[in-house]
Amino acid sequence: MIRYRRSALRAKPLVMLAFAALLAGAVGCQGPFPQSTFDPTTSFGRDLAGLFGLIFWWGVGVFVVVEVGVVYVLIRFRARPDGEQPVPIHGHTALEIAWTLAPAMIIVFIAVPTIQTIWRDAGPAADNPLEVQAIGHQWWWEFRYPEYGIVTANDLHLPQGRAVTVQLTSADVIHSFWVPRLGGKRDMLPGRNNRLSFTPDSVGEFLGQCAEFCGLSHANMRFRAIVHTADDFAAWVAAQNSPHASEDSLSTLEQQGLAAFRAVRTPASNSCIACHAIQNVSFGVLGPNLNHVAGRSTLAAGVLNNTAEDLAAWLRDPAAIKPGSLMPTIGLSQQEITALVAYLRSLR
Amino acid sequence: MGAPAATAGSVAGAHGAADARSGVWGWITTTDHKRIGILYGVTAFFFFLLGGLEALLIRLQLARADNTLIGAETFNQLFTMHGTTMVFLAIMPMSAAFFNFIIPLQIGARDVAFPRLNAFSYWVFLLGGLFLNSSFLFGAAPDGGWFGYANLTSIQYSPGMNISFWALGLQILGIASLAAAFNFIATIINMRAPGMKLMRLPVFTWMSFITQLIVVAAFPVITVALVFLMFDRMFGTTFFSVAAGGDVLLWQHLFWLFGHPEVYILILPAMGMVSEVLPTFSRKPLFGYPVIVYSGMLIGVIGWAVWSHHMFATGMGPIADSYFSSVTMLIAIPTGVKIFNWIATMWGGQIRLATPMLFAVAFIILFTIGGISGVMHASPPTDLQQTDTYFVVAHIHYVLFGGAIMGIFSGIYYWWPKVFGRLLDERLGKWHFWLVFIGMNVTFFPMHLIGLLGMPRRVYTYGPELGLEQMNLVSTVGALLLGFSMLIMVYNFWWSSKHGEIAQNNPWGAATLEWAMSSPPPVYNFSVIPEVRSRLPLWTVGGVTEIPDVPPEPVHVPGGSYWPVVAAVGILVFFIGALVQSLWLAVGGVLVLVVSVFKWAFEPFEM
Repeated sequence: MIRYRRSALRAKPLVMLAFAALLAGAVGCQGPFPQSTFDPTTSFGRDLAGLFGLIFWWGVGVFVVVEVGVVYVLIRFRARPDGEQPVPIHGHTALEIAWTLAPAMIIVFIAVPTIQTIWRDAGPAADNPLEVQAIGHQWWWEFRYPEYGIVTANDLHLPQGRAVTVQLTSADVIHSFWVPRLGGKRDMLPGRNNRLSFTPDSVGEFLGQCAEFCGLSHANMRFRAIVHTADDFAAWVAAQNSPHASEDSLSTLEQQGLAAFRAVRTPASNSCIACHAIQNVSFGVLGPNLNHVAGRSTLAAGVLNNTAEDLAAWLRDPAAIKPGSLMPTIGLSQQEITALVAYLRSLR
Repeated sequence: MGAPAATAGSVAGAHGAADARSGVWGWITTTDHKRIGILYGVTAFFFFLLGGLEALLIRLQLARADNTLIGAETFNQLFTMHGTTMVFLAIMPMSAAFFNFIIPLQIGARDVAFPRLNAFSYWVFLLGGLFLNSSFLFGAAPDGGWFGYANLTSIQYSPGMNISFWALGLQILGIASLAAAFNFIATIINMRAPGMKLMRLPVFTWMSFITQLIVVAAFPVITVALVFLMFDRMFGTTFFSVAAGGDVLLWQHLFWLFGHPEVYILILPAMGMVSEVLPTFSRKPLFGYPVIVYSGMLIGVIGWAVWSHHMFATGMGPIADSYFSSVTMLIAIPTGVKIFNWIATMWGGQIRLATPMLFAVAFIILFTIGGISGVMHASPPTDLQQTDTYFVVAHIHYVLFGGAIMGIFSGIYYWWPKVFGRLLDERLGKWHFWLVFIGMNVTFFPMHLIGLLGMPRRVYTYGPELGLEQMNLVSTVGALLLGFSMLIMVYNFWWSSKHGEIAQNNPWGAATLEWAMSSPPPVYNFSVIPEVRSRLPLWTVGGVTEIPDVPPEPVHVPGGSYWPVVAAVGILVFFIGALVQSLWLAVGGVLVLVVSVFKWAFEPFEM
């Protein structure tokens, strides 16, 4: 087992090289590739990439044998004007047994490490894992940290070096949780619980997105995993658990925004508070929790930058940005939008 | 027009019964397997071009990051209809065109076992295809993917008619496929000429036979799944409703229990075609005929035990993952054996690289790549990084375009002179081939990398931050090249009909029985039913008894019937009734069906 893994690790850059060479002329060099599966930052991800390297090289071997064989035959046995009638060979038992056994052997060399990897990654997580509940929604991600009492959306904050167990489920249709650099994907199934365990070992922001077609805005269901040092993660937890600025300390504009947020509209589903929760303000659960929303890396599940302009555009007409968005176009006045933007951006 | 229900059967002499068969009415009421084959071919090729156009629009949208050419809604409809069209309306019926035209000729029969059922299959297929595509006219084309995963397809998450069009359309097409499958099984078992033992059957007929057996077993599974889905949508059952204790994974198990054998339904006929072309153009018999036949059977059997390899990301647990992974890899063995036997067939031959041969060789080259990437996601751990990404899109297109379509193109160039009596132009054919070969690789090879670098499938847009814009553009350029190459093919069809070289009986010097009579064959196929004494009748001295140019005695040819068309219309009306939820329409459709089947059953047996 150790031997195969070592050779697989050695193979990784070669895998990339081989692919790159095949495409270099046509494609040139682009990148970086933030969702690359070749650049894992967990032992889980490295397991998968290593196994891929192993199978890739067996594949290259088969490819070379078959394609060289075909090309050789085409050149060597091309019909010639003086060619004689070929000998009608109907078969050759020994040869045919040989090329039945050859793929069978290759399969064994692939299947054994495959099954070893399946069982290694299916095992229980390491001691004291951080448990995160990830819930898929059309078309955003809810992340809950029971250990810390935090509910957030679209940014998955994780500490470096501590095992994580992500519990996966869905609030509506099937989604699939995928951050390629953290490892493989796993489906989020309504009515079922799935699990993914890994230990992030590198600090950084890793892009992910939904990998199971989940309706109109499947393409717009993106998120980020943000891996912090242990200290930074503790600081993030503390910040999430700190209260927002008190109502009195808000500026006039921000207070107008809070009022607009609280306003009960007709129909009631047009009210912000019907779907969104903000501590001490509202309890909605259909849409993303907005606690400390100003500190998030993106808006609308990775589709918009978290800026005042983008937030205003979102409030004006969500469906124009994210087709099918379940957040309605409310018909807010420009003044309400300005006020809401100011208020929401105060939620640091 | 207005011919009586049962046109008197015609007695074809040396000049055939051309008069009774002419005109549009002759084609509508035809029960001649050759004409039905042409109808299948023309219709399926039209749907193939339509599906290709849908693919071009998909590629244009993805040519740039954050592109706004096509919106999310249209895009989702396009990829759903592209997949559905290519599988059910293009590849399967293009294969059916060959089953129809070639199988009776290869086994020495005058027609299929049930000629009117054969016509019925075609009309149901045509109407089903029109039903599915008519959804575009209502702006309600299916948009849940060709795999239609529950519970996205539920009335709650897909309230429009889109999914109903899809589910009902597939049911219609299933009827056509099942009727045809029973017909060909009966034909191949019962209608073989004397001496045409099973182990003398041409490999194309063998692979088609296995395909039909798979169809008979697989389509009931999807039928059940679709009935569940429609009952959930129409009558409030809860098969897939989580809130009521249903299970979304039930759909996936049923769908893939059908869907994986379906892959072999698509590829086995093409493997059969290639197995005919390679020996002909190498002037050598197929290497290891029995092993090729047995490995086809093995593929057809093992194909039933692997369906959950489409579901590794659903978290089935290590035992199921290990089992489905290992059995899936086993399929590589019979597939590998076939590939080596094909190469061995060419070994030592006198290889003529005519257009059919070019496509057959390309099949080996490209299908091998698809097979290799298939083993990569047969391994669940690696599949977790590949499933639902463009890597799998690359894989299926190497298998279904590089495999099935290349095989079918090979078959088209190979059998065209037999079907239409004129050869296709070789120069245009070679241009077509090279453009397809290059275009196919430029389109689909980069998708391997696009997927491994993190692009999921079925996304109508992607951000520039992924760094995948250039590769996507390359892929789009390849798709345009592919689209252009099809124009050359169509031009070649047209050119050949005017100026193509007149085909002799056996223009390629092939060994099988369909090349023993004139091109195109007379309406009665064989002037006398031959006796076959060899697996390679035309390459063996005395391999088949003499087939005179002129029938020594009159040959009875059954007349046409319009009841199969009426029955097909009845089925269409029933499904339209289901779509618009009109009980009266549904009942009316059933009545039409019952009456026409009754009339059909008691149609006078013309003599």
